[in-house]
Amino acid sequence: MSFGTFGSRMALAILSVMALVIVVGTFQHPPVDILQRGYRGTGMAQVYNPAHLAALQTSNQLPASTPQTPASGQTAGQSFQNVQVLKDVDSTEFMRLMTDITTWVAPDQGCSYCHAEGEPLSSDKLYTKVVARRMLQMTMHVNGDWHSHVADTGVTCYTCHRGHPVPTNIWFKNPGPPTSANNDGDRTDQNWPIAANGRTSLPFDPFTPFLDQANDVRVVSTTALPEGDRHSIKQTEWTYSLMVSMSEALGVNCTYCHSSRSFTDWQQSTPARVTAYYGIRMVRDLNTDFLDPLASQFPHDRLGPLGDGPKINCSTCHQGVYKPLFGASLLKDYPELAGAALAPTAGQPAPNVTR
Amino acid sequence: MAEYQNIFTQIQVRGPIYPGIPVQTGSWNRLGKGGYFYWLGKIGDAQLGPIYLGFTGVASLMFGFAAFEIIGLNMWASVNWDPVQFIRQLPWLALEPPPPSAGLCMICPLNEGGWWQIAGLFLTTSILLWWVRTYRRARALGMGTHVAWAFAAAIWLYLVLGFIRPLLMGSWGEAVPFGIFPHLDWTAAFSIRYGNLFYNPFHMLSIAFLYGSTLLFAMHGATILAVSRFGGEREIEQIVDRGTAAERAALFWRWTMGFNATVESIHRWAWWFAVLCPLCGGIGILLTGTVVDNWFLWGVKHGIAPSYPAMFPHVTDPSQLTGGHP
Repeated sequence: MSFGTFGSRMALAILSVMALVIVVGTFQHPPVDILQRGYRGTGMAQVYNPAHLAALQTSNQLPASTPQTPASGQTAGQSFQNVQVLKDVDSTEFMRLMTDITTWVAPDQGCSYCHAEGEPLSSDKLYTKVVARRMLQMTMHVNGDWHSHVADTGVTCYTCHRGHPVPTNIWFKNPGPPTSANNDGDRTDQNWPIAANGRTSLPFDPFTPFLDQANDVRVVSTTALPEGDRHSIKQTEWTYSLMVSMSEALGVNCTYCHSSRSFTDWQQSTPARVTAYYGIRMVRDLNTDFLDPLASQFPHDRLGPLGDGPKINCSTCHQGVYKPLFGASLLKDYPELAGAALAPTAGQPAPNVTR
Repeated sequence: MAEYQNIFTQIQVRGPIYPGIPVQTGSWNRLGKGGYFYWLGKIGDAQLGPIYLGFTGVASLMFGFAAFEIIGLNMWASVNWDPVQFIRQLPWLALEPPPPSAGLCMICPLNEGGWWQIAGLFLTTSILLWWVRTYRRARALGMGTHVAWAFAAAIWLYLVLGFIRPLLMGSWGEAVPFGIFPHLDWTAAFSIRYGNLFYNPFHMLSIAFLYGSTLLFAMHGATILAVSRFGGEREIEQIVDRGTAAERAALFWRWTMGFNATVESIHRWAWWFAVLCPLCGGIGILLTGTVVDNWFLWGVKHGIAPSYPAMFPHVTDPSQLTGGHP
């Protein structure tokens, strides 16, 4: 076969370049590992790219903990002024924790990121200190009251912060892209590809309705025949967008939790779905009880475009990994963050949990 | 004749331009005199035109153009009339139907589905006029109306998705948006909402006919190309004398699978497979939400969804737990 004319040669050249751009620009470099987890034929498999996984393992190492030193016998409340949350912790341990928090949260800025220079350490002059205090309470609340999600692994400041004063993965209410003067061609809160919706045309702010408000995530009918379930396809797209964001946040496929035969059927789901169920409620609890009320504390440039405070979602802790930091526990070195005193007894429901 | 084994037609035969028999009825006539185009000749007949549009053709193009403009301008407006963003985001942009809360509003506000209604009305008018045209042009040539009825099968699916089913559900919000990725995401969400469309038997039939169509098309296309060296593609000779090409084509399949379609029946096979794909699909969509609300549960109820051995520890719905700590 010969490519006789100049025109056909040019056409072939252009097509080849286009094909090359598409292949190189959008495909993953092989190999890709597929891990079968469910019964054969059900498609319950996880897809991993070894190169991506290696990079994630490198970037998800625990920081070294400062060695514990003998207790001083004095509590932080006795040794320091204006200690509100950790007042019963031994003052030596308290200082160790303060040092490590600096490493976890503000390694470049140092103590003065929260403790105003020229002021006593007890001063609450900087908003960062007020926020940090509330965040300590939040950490203890998570470890004490949300065992259903964080188990014994627990969380510390480092789980989210990773050396950044503001965690990398936070979110604000999204007003959407610029609209025309009278919002002609209304996007109906979707059809705008951003990271939050996995660059699909699904709703672009799946967090506000589910992780800040308590809208119903469940949209699939529970009866074979119509019995009055009026969940719409549009509602389904909101849930779908939330699920896409969770999948992206954890670096897993849908089938990490669900059987795609019936996304809604718990009997065919994996135990990870139960953990994720509590995760959604935990994030909602933390956003409404801890993050939202803090919005008034933040300076204006720390607020979102709609004036709301920073909030968390799955990716804030998970950062692309199915378990944050691949399940390694930093909490075991800092028992004062465990929030054991707040741990509920069996049969006592946690506060502010919307089912 | 071995030329036909190439992807493109290698030799182009050009006679005098032939406009076809004179138009019999009506005041409309064919447009243009026709001409030869080399690149068209690579994939088909090198003669382009003349074309007969007639009243239905012109009206169909006008309505179609209006719908295209309404959809496109709404998409452009949604990026605040930014031409660069319009191109960049085009695959994600859409003209959305009215919100579910609007139900079956007769005249929705323009920016809340009103434009969608107008675009849908115009597009439907355009498609129906084009259908009339395929019917009339076939009649004008003394042909059967098989093409029109095949097209009608596709129109049925289109109308079920965008009009009939939303009407039965009492909500325009159930309808498909106009948009490239948005209609695909709609499709996925539709299946999820109604408990997995794969357990819908009419969806199963539709897929069988879809895949069957491609199989038949491949078999038929390959057979005719394979006997083109004996003149198998030349229909005039085939009509007078089936000859060695048709004989070989038939023998090939009889030897291969014991049975062979005939020169006529293979086209009946292809027509029915193609037509039944959207016909069954449309029935499946129409039943979804109106008659069946969760196809997986329906499949379990009727014994078509098998259960598999448990591979994970037993999981129960946490929202059903009482007294336990979340």
